Amino acid sequence: MNPYKRSPFIKVATVLVYFFLYAPIIGLIVFAFNSSRTNVFFGGFITQWGPLQMEGSTVVQSPCGPFHWFCDLTQNREVMSATKNTLTIALISTISATVIGTMAALALQRYNFKLKGFSQLSLYIPIVIPEIVMGIGILVLFSQAFNFLNSSLGLLGDSRLTLGLPTVIVSHIAFSIPFVTLVVQARLQGFDKSFEEAAMDLGANELVTFWRVTFPMILPGVLSGALLAFTLSLDDFVITFFTTGPGATTLPIYVYGLLRRIITPQVNALSTVWVLVVVAIVFLLQRIQSRET
Amino acid sequence: MSEFAVELQDVVKRFPTPEGGEVLAVDHVTMQIKNGEFFSMLGSSGCGKTTSLRMVAGFEWPTSGEVYIEGIAQGHTPPFKRPVNTVFQSYALFQHMTVFQNVAFGLEMDGAGKDEIKKRVARALEMVQLTGMDRRYPRQLSGGQQQRVALARAIVKTPDVLLLDEPLGALDLKLRKEMQLELKALQQKLGITFVYVTHDQEEALTMSDRIAVMSQGKVLQMGSPVEIYERPNCKFVADFIGTSNFLEGTVKSLEKGMANVFIPAFNTEIKGIVSGEVSVGETVAVSVRPEKIRLADKAVLNQNCFEGTIDLVTYIGSDTHLYVGLNGMKLKVWEQNKISSLDPTAYYTVGQKVWLALFPENTLVMASE
Repeated sequence: MNPYKRSPFIKVATVLVYFFLYAPIIGLIVFAFNSSRTNVFFGGFITQWGPLQMEGSTVVQSPCGPFHWFCDLTQNREVMSATKNTLTIALISTISATVIGTMAALALQRYNFKLKGFSQLSLYIPIVIPEIVMGIGILVLFSQAFNFLNSSLGLLGDSRLTLGLPTVIVSHIAFSIPFVTLVVQARLQGFDKSFEEAAMDLGANELVTFWRVTFPMILPGVLSGALLAFTLSLDDFVITFFTTGPGATTLPIYVYGLLRRIITPQVNALSTVWVLVVVAIVFLLQRIQSRET
Repeated sequence: MSEFAVELQDVVKRFPTPEGGEVLAVDHVTMQIKNGEFFSMLGSSGCGKTTSLRMVAGFEWPTSGEVYIEGIAQGHTPPFKRPVNTVFQSYALFQHMTVFQNVAFGLEMDGAGKDEIKKRVARALEMVQLTGMDRRYPRQLSGGQQQRVALARAIVKTPDVLLLDEPLGALDLKLRKEMQLELKALQQKLGITFVYVTHDQEEALTMSDRIAVMSQGKVLQMGSPVEIYERPNCKFVADFIGTSNFLEGTVKSLEKGMANVFIPAFNTEIKGIVSGEVSVGETVAVSVRPEKIRLADKAVLNQNCFEGTIDLVTYIGSDTHLYVGLNGMKLKVWEQNKISSLDPTAYYTVGQKVWLALFPENTLVMASE
């Protein structure tokens, strides 16, 4: 008897895992092509171009055919502005967190200093702390600081400091830094300082050594960290929810708002685009990491 | 130009330990390395040889003392401003650059023109026999080829001094032997000073003009390979370089560079050459190399001659290695095989009685530590 015969349990488990992981996503994508206005009921795929008969006898123009809901999305100002906010926040916070996080990783690898152990530990804490706790904490910090500044500087009306895009960006930078640092640190593990010594020995000063030798060698780690920070920022709901203000709605916040009102296949179309973007980033990350070895 | 390419003057280097203490890596080292010399620092790991080299390169700064290169005190001069180049033990080739880019790096830093860079890189690669490899990446090369790239990269700038930190450590034995000869030839061709760090005594003896034997941060002896091997100035050096038999004794009298030493184990006096410095009454080590002991059927000398019993015979082709038991001690004796007999009785056998002659001119009396 073959002792390594596969147990049927493995098959069942595999099917279940894939079902619960991917069925919702596939369902979500399928509903993005729904010919019905509600995404509770599937009215079949949209097949015709031009006038489209919705149930409840409404007729809408659908020049995009099956991609009706995607076109509809682009007409939606709120969606467009939320997309713009989301991307702005993600880009600025990714770049800032990558720079700061990489610097932190280099410092932790290179130097011995007091509180080094504590600094390393303090990187893990934001990762393991529940996001909602972080969110509340940041909210309290901002509101206290703004209250104090507003009253002490005598700011009134529109000039008062309030929550908005900048506060979201700052908090996204804060929670992204540990992730970037840890990813870059992993890359630095195998980085021998003799590479830098060799560069200096050949006549390169510290700055040239960094840009010509150190940075190209750790670049894959830095890019992985940056992509991770970017996806984290795109996805974030909890911390954004606590730190956002009027005019700074992001996509996750917007979608959550929609769900409480009416759910149209627009949400599915939006989510579909989003899934595709994130999947593309994950593939890119994989490519970068496989190229390292 | 100064007489000395590199000079270390009373250099001390202390490193902090993670426990908050200090390690003394280099302990008041003074050495002068002449221009055009192949100089080796030899010692086991932790003896301070690599730290000394790194202080010349500028990767470390002395805690006290001074490093001079071409007569100029280096102080805290950074590595990129020193007229030396280094071949690293790990090669430290830039993995994201081709062979050409690696070798060109140093010239680029000097602001050399494109054509000049091309010419000089080609010449350096030719010198290490890597012509045609310039577009490869380091990971596409064998260990020996990577070693050559590291060498080409370091010599392309024609530094005053080339520092080599165990550059052959990662190569297999055969390649290492080849590279030893090549390095020596390259050094003679370039005429630049080589400072070579190694723990391999044979490597140091083969290549060097002069050797500094180091232990625990100190230089024990400096001299030519012949001096180091034939006149070690203490037991440590005699033991570290080659193989030796040691007898412990007390100096009874000194005369014209020779010493009479009382050996308690033999209850007699032995005569030998004073190697290094010893004084009357001092407890010393008497050292005889195994290849310098003569075996005979009867006493051939009035002094320094002892009868023993063969304990072990190892036939290794060119030589026979014997252990001879003598007053409870065992002496190693190496005899060259000068006969081609198949008759086993023609060779030494275990249990056979033999006389050992320790000629005074081959017997060295030295400090026991």
